[in-house]
This record gives sequence, C-alpha cells and structure tokens, in this order.
Amino acid sequence: MVEVTLWGALGQLAGGKSKVEVEAKDIRELFRKLAEQYPGIEPWIEKGIAVAIDGTIYRDTWSKELPKGAEIFLLPRLAGG
Amino acid sequence: MNFDPRFSGRKFASVGTRPIRPDGIDKVTGRARYGADFNMAGQLVGRILRSPHAHAKILKIDTSKAEKLAGVKAVITAADLPDLTDGDAAMYDVLDNCMARSKALYDGHAVAAVAAVDASTARQALKLIQVAYELLPHVTDVDEAMKHTAPLINDTIFTEGLEEKPVKPSNVTKRSQFGHGDVHQGFGHADFIVERSFKTEQTHQGYIEPHACVANVSSDGTADLWVCTQGHFVYRQHCAQLLGLEASKLRVTSSEIGGGFGGKTHVWAEPVALALSRKAGRPVKLVMTRDEVFRASGPTSATSIDVKIGARKDGTITAAEATLRYSSGPYAGTWAEIGAMTAFACYKLDNVKTVGYEVLVNRPKTAAYRAPSAPMAAFAVESAVDELAKELGMDPVEFRIKNAAQEGTRSSYGPVYGPIGIGPTLEAAKTHPHMKAPLGKNQGRGMACGFWFNFGGQTCTDLNIGMDGSVSLAVGTVDVGGSRASLSLVAAEELGIAYEQVKAVVADTSSLGYNDMTDGSRGTFSSSMATISAARNAIKILRDRAAQMWDIPVDDVVWENGHAIAKGEKYGNLAALSLKEIAAASGKTGGPIAGHSELVADGAGVSFATHICDIEVDPETGAARVIRYTVIQDAGKAVHPTYVEGQYQGGAAQGIGWALNEEYIYGKDGRLQNAGFLDYRIPVCSDLPMIDTQILEIPNPNHPYGVRGVGETSIVPPLAAIANAMSNAAGVRMTHIPMSPPRVLAAIEAEREGRA
Amino acid sequence: MAGVAVSTTINGDHVEYLCQPDETLLDVLRDRLGLTGAKEGCGTGDCGACSIILDNRLVCSCLVLGAEAEGRIVETVEGMAHGEKLHTLQQKFLEHAALQCGICTPGFLIAAKDLLAKNPDPSEEEIRFGLAGNLCRCTGYDKIVRAVQDAANVMKGA
Repeated sequence: MVEVTLWGALGQLAGGKSKVEVEAKDIRELFRKLAEQYPGIEPWIEKGIAVAIDGTIYRDTWSKELPKGAEIFLLPRLAGG
Repeated sequence: MNFDPRFSGRKFASVGTRPIRPDGIDKVTGRARYGADFNMAGQLVGRILRSPHAHAKILKIDTSKAEKLAGVKAVITAADLPDLTDGDAAMYDVLDNCMARSKALYDGHAVAAVAAVDASTARQALKLIQVAYELLPHVTDVDEAMKHTAPLINDTIFTEGLEEKPVKPSNVTKRSQFGHGDVHQGFGHADFIVERSFKTEQTHQGYIEPHACVANVSSDGTADLWVCTQGHFVYRQHCAQLLGLEASKLRVTSSEIGGGFGGKTHVWAEPVALALSRKAGRPVKLVMTRDEVFRASGPTSATSIDVKIGARKDGTITAAEATLRYSSGPYAGTWAEIGAMTAFACYKLDNVKTVGYEVLVNRPKTAAYRAPSAPMAAFAVESAVDELAKELGMDPVEFRIKNAAQEGTRSSYGPVYGPIGIGPTLEAAKTHPHMKAPLGKNQGRGMACGFWFNFGGQTCTDLNIGMDGSVSLAVGTVDVGGSRASLSLVAAEELGIAYEQVKAVVADTSSLGYNDMTDGSRGTFSSSMATISAARNAIKILRDRAAQMWDIPVDDVVWENGHAIAKGEKYGNLAALSLKEIAAASGKTGGPIAGHSELVADGAGVSFATHICDIEVDPETGAARVIRYTVIQDAGKAVHPTYVEGQYQGGAAQGIGWALNEEYIYGKDGRLQNAGFLDYRIPVCSDLPMIDTQILEIPNPNHPYGVRGVGETSIVPPLAAIANAMSNAAGVRMTHIPMSPPRVLAAIEAEREGRA
Repeated sequence: MAGVAVSTTINGDHVEYLCQPDETLLDVLRDRLGLTGAKEGCGTGDCGACSIILDNRLVCSCLVLGAEAEGRIVETVEGMAHGEKLHTLQQKFLEHAALQCGICTPGFLIAAKDLLAKNPDPSEEEIRFGLAGNLCRCTGYDKIVRAVQDAANVMKGA
C-alpha cells in the first residue's frame, strides 16, 4: 500500500481528497488502480501525469517501482523550452 | 532495459574537457545548412495570408482570382486541412492555429496559403485572395480578458478546476492551485508582510532564424519534410496526424537550427507546406518573414501576478501566497499552472499557496520560452523577497540563505527535494568578489534566485563502430547549442577512446527510433544517458568479439581504456586488443559492431541559479544599463564546460532584454505594432557587459555522470535581479516589466514628487 | 519583368548572373549562386545575419539590390578561408565557442573582419559598438567579443 498525494485539480476528482491509498508496486499499476477507484482521473492519466517519487519527477517510466514508504506525489505534466 | 542510470562517481578523461565542436567548421565557413538553405528540384515558393484583424468571423474566402494567376500552382484554406484530430482538443487547437477555420483569433492568424513558381508571384497571389470578415470585439490584455464584460474568445470555454462548474463561459480556461500548510495562520505569525502586484509584458524567443521548411508530398502517400525544429519526431507525429499520413511514411529531417528557445517546439507552417505540396504535386519551400515570426509564432505569456509574503523578525518566512494570471493566446494552455508550481520553489515554506489562472486573449498562441512561465513568477516573488529583506533590515542574500530549500524540504509544488543546489549557489554568491566590488553614482546591485524543473523523456540513440575503429553516433535530440560536442565526449568517455574518433550526427526520423522534443533542458541530459547505454551495449559486443579472437570465455574479458583485456594470469601473454583491432576483425567475428539504446530518460534533477547584477540608471532619461553580471548555477556535471557557460550567458542576456526592453506592443485595434527587430529590440553587443559564470557541480543522483539540464534556468533570475538592482540604484521599486526608460522615468518622477 | 545582366567579382572570382530589378543581392547570392552562408534573419537590415563586404564596406545584403553589384567587389563568408586554412577569426570563433546555433556566425565573422581591417587594435568597447549591428540570441556576446579580441591579438602579431 502506498500513499499518493494528489494536486488540487486531481484531488477534486477523487472526491476532494488530497491523499489516497493505493495498492501498487509500480507506476503502471498505480495509474490502473487510480483509474479504477476514481474514474474521473482516467482522462488526466490519458493526457499525462508526472509522478514524483521521493522528489524525483518521472514522466514516462511506467515500470518505475514505488518503493515502500516512498513519498509519491502526482503532478501535472509540463511543457519546456 | 537493464541500464543502471545511477550516479557512479567515476573519474573522467573526456567529460569536462573543452574540445572544438564537430559541426564547427561548417558553421564558420557558411556551409552548415539551416532551414532555408535547402532546395529541391522543381520546388515552389509557399506564402501564407494572415488576418489583419485581432478577432473576426471568417464569412467567405474567395481564392478564384489567385488560382487563375499564371504561375500559381496551389491555393489552400482550412478546407484543405480537414479536421482529422478525432476529439483531441489540443491537436485541434494546433490545427486551427495553423489555418483559421471559422474565426481569425489574432492579428497574424493564417487564413489561406499559396504555392507559386516564385516569390513575387506568390506575393501577388496573396493579394488576390478575398476574405470577407465580420469584425468582433477583441481583448489583448490579460487582466481585461478576465473581466465579466470582456469579449468572449471561445464561448465553449467553462473554467476548469473550480469547485463547481461555472454556469457561464469565460476567457479563463483553467484554475490550478498548489501549496501546503495554512497561509492564513502563517501570516498571523508574521511580524512583517509585503504585498505587491506585478505585470510582465509578452516577449518573443527571438531566434535569428525564421521558421523554414521544404515539404514534398508524393501521390503514393509518402512525404519528406526538411525543417528547422527542436523535435523532428514530434513534428512528424503532428504533421502526419493533421495531414492523414502514416507517420513512418513521413520522413522528417531536422536541419541545423538557428535558435529555438522553446519557440520551435510547435508546428505552424509545416502542415501548411505539406498541404500545399500535396495539392500542387511539387515540393514547396515555406519560409516565414520576420514580421510573420513575431505576429504568428510563439511568444511567451503576458502576466499579472499578486504576491504576499510574511516573515518573523528573525527572518523566517511564515507564509507565502501568489495569484498568477498568464495569457495563453486564443487557445487553452497550462502556463499559469507552471508559474504557480515554480513561484516559490527556491524556499523552505511551512505555509504556501499559489493559484494560477489561464487566460485567453487575442494574441498569438503562447509557446514555451526557456523555462516557460518561471521568469515572470520569479520576478514577482524575488522582488517581494527583496522588499521583505529590506523591511527586516536583513541582507538579501542572508535572508534567502535562511529560507532556502534544501534536501528534505517539501517543495512549494508538492514533492520533497533530493540533493539540490539553491543553498550552494547562494553561498557562492555571498562570497563572490562581485558582491564586494565598489559601486559608483547612480549604480545599484541586485540579486535573485531561480528554479527550473528540467525534463527527460523518450530517447533513442545508435552507436555504430566502423571497421576502421571510428565511431558514428546517431542521436535524435536536436543540437541547439553544441550537444554533438558534449555527446561525442560522452561516447568517447564510455568507450575509452579519443573525442576525435567519434562523429555525432542528428539522425532523421526514418533512421532512428522516436525521440521526444528537445525541450526542458533535456538534450544533453537525455541523449547522454542513451549514449552511455548504447556504448555499454557496444562494449558487451566488443568483449564478445575479443573473446572470439582470443578463443577464451567472454567472462574473462574486461573493457578498460578503449581496450579489451584478458583478465587472469593464465592470459599473461595476450596483448590488449584495441577497439580499432576488434573493429578491423569484425567481418570475421560476427559482422558489424553497434550499440543501440531506447530508453525513457527520467529523473532529470531540478536546477537552481543565483544571479548578481549591477546596473547604472540615468535619472534624467530612465535608461538603465547593466554594467556587471554574474551567473552562478548548478550543472550537476558540466560535460563541455564552455557550452555550459554559453547557456548561462545566453539565458542571462535574454533575461536582461526581457527586463529592460523587450515587449509586444498592441494598438487599440488589436494589431501588433512592433513586429520587427528595429522596434522589438533585443540586446545588442554594445548593450551588455561580459557575463561572468560560476559552474557548481552537485551531481544528479539519477544520471551516471551526475548531469543535470543546464539550458533554461539562467533566464529565470534576471528580471528580478535587475528590478532589485534598480531599486538600489534609483530608489524605485519597478513592478512592471520591461523596465523601459519611460516607465523608469515615470517611477523616478513619482518618487521625487512623493518626497517633495 | 526583364532580367538585368550583372557582371561582378565575388570572393575573387568573376561571376555573371541575370536577376530581377527588384531582387536583393542576398536573394541572388542564396537562390541564384548557391552561396547560402549569408542568412536572412529579418530582411530589413536589423539583424546583420546577411552581412557582406561590398567594395570594402560592410553592408546588409538584404538592403542591396542584385543589380547594384555590377562591376563591384563582393566578399562573403564563403571567401574567408583559404583552402583548408581557416581565417584567424574563424579559428578563434571555434576555439572560444563564440557560436551556439551558428545562424548569426557568418554575419559576425564578416562584420568582425571589416572591423579589424579598419581598426586592428580595438578596445572592448570598440568591438562591442563595431558589432552592434549584428544580433545574436544565443551567446550573450561574451564569447564573441573574446574571440574577436584574441583574433586581433594574433593578427597584430602576424
């Protein structure tokens, strides 16, 4: 079980929660379970969500493991210059 | 992929040296081929007709006269670019921006295009196209556009991100919010509070090379596109989707690129050139004029920002809050969201809240510009931080050091930081000789900090070893400022060979797997990771081939300093085999030797900088001049330090231009009044001093060499650093960027009157 | 429109071409003669990317008509190196990394060559003002100025 912190807009789609608990071993499973539990989040996942694991931002590595006790933070995907 | 990206702390032989770039001679002799330097047999000249109106319904476009003009081979409108976006709202906006469908949304919006045998015929043809417009009320100012009375740019937009869906449409496409703690409570604990409102005007990336491409569509559904771009693979995807082509049948070659800074991350003219070529059945070359570059290609947001920061007497910040409004042009964007995330990223805050509003205006579609959205937020925050330090009677550097984020700090945008460089850049600034240099009359010193995320992303690299032992490296990120040199250094480092033995090229979309856009300072970070991985894969094969040549088990072969070495006393007589010797025998040991790599380069470390600047202000005219400038930034590991310095200097210069001169000026009619380099004045050589740099190296734990992106952060601090210097030089707190002479003079005069 | 026949000297070679009366020298160089070293950054004489030397005078070739080159001497970036040997300025631009994207480089090299021909020992300020007609968006000019200073020192000693 990992605790996942959602940013504002995403939290609204999860029934106003800023933190949710998800049983997931990697980013792929996290996204799948989030979409199951909170269908409103699915379009956001489609559009792209970044996942910060202990402060390091991952944008595309689905296979990235979520270590036990790690701080998991979801963020919007950004554009750069 | 079993590539281990973790930082290993190795000693370097090539990385960190400063050789001459491999594309250098072509670039100093005029042989390098940029977007407009390529031609195809039978090519036509493409030109785009643009709306002169800021906001207008397109009632009818009559192209019949233009079509009849001798020498005209194709005329297209939105009807020739049918909507194939299949519900993808972002792509629909791209399509509509390439060619207006029902409404012209800004001065410069494309409405039709022609391809003709020469430029003068094409220009003549544009004049023969008759467009019937119904003018609509327009709005170009970000604050005006938020008012309930503002003309609606898109009546299907209902603000996203509000607790309840609004009942009425508006120009605000989205609200976003970040932060933690309780700011209300935090301000309650503050002894001093600074609250200010700021505005920044829209600026352009200002690359010297206008957008240019040559498109050739064949009737069998294959196509070629030569184009200056920051991401030819992304251009391929977008163009294929908009034109209904199969991506693999569209071969996109990235030319040398004459500057991008985020501005060449979006398609504008390319789908139009392809549509013209398809209709005409001939290649079409389309080059934007400078006027078109300003009117129609990617400026950054104009902004309006409110900041409130409170601190205790001892200098601890107790709460920080900001509301940020960013213009995104006539299409939805996420620019304020980025501003809201970056605004307070330098600081350790218990109570912080930022709210962003994305605002539609009748201006060109906002595009990324070097650390997009961060400079404006930093301008507002760092100006307020300086004011607060003054009220507290604290040194501005000490105040920032006291409140700087560090490893373990919860960032203002959410996650907890790993090892970061804000503290070290501030400590370096504190002890820098620049800080103690004497100042003259009308001179003042300012400093400011900046933050940028840095990205990684999908990356594919091929490393091929020739039979003569030379190495060709094919990368898919674009070389915007010397990355072929840095990537050659990385390949040489990993293989243990000389830099000169490696030749790096940017491969086209048919020769290499997909690569994300070269944005977010990711070029050297991502492609060096893929290059290291490809080199390690090649080394596995080299060891295997050496084992065959010696007829020993591969496990007994190690790779050291560019040679295969048989490990163990029993092989005492075997002389090491060089890469060259193994390559020469490759035909007999299993064929070509190559290493490939496909990976997602994630884990780009965040980046921080501190800038110091001295300016001199003429109190009679309000004109300001930068007389000394120092950039201190964390690079993780500087692969080619000279080009890292170049990134620091270039970003600082762009920031100085933004701070003092550059702005889009719109008339009441909604037309851009300064669409040229004479009236949109970017810094010239005589405007600037030397720009000193100090590279800090705090290794990124998620890269084998510790590399972080370096390209963008340097544009973040200058706006505030100069505003803070202005406050010390002229005694005025400038809250509107650019600090052009009339604005500064007005502020100086108001201050004098206030005192009198 | 009838073409204008022009006979001129470019980088030491005799060249003849036909051009339209309203065609710029920049377009002639790039589109008719294949000399694409000079770049069009603005077409209005503001950026200097199309700088060439015309009868010993630094000009923006986008502001000169192709027909005006008749009987005159044109120098472009393509004529700076001698065979494999780069001009000192070219060499110093490489050594100092005075280019990032490189689009402005041909214009800067020509402008710097003209500057050093007229003032072999320029101060930093004279270099900065001498090159103020050329825009560079990548470098902040620091390394360009240093490259020109270094080249001037070498050329003085030669």
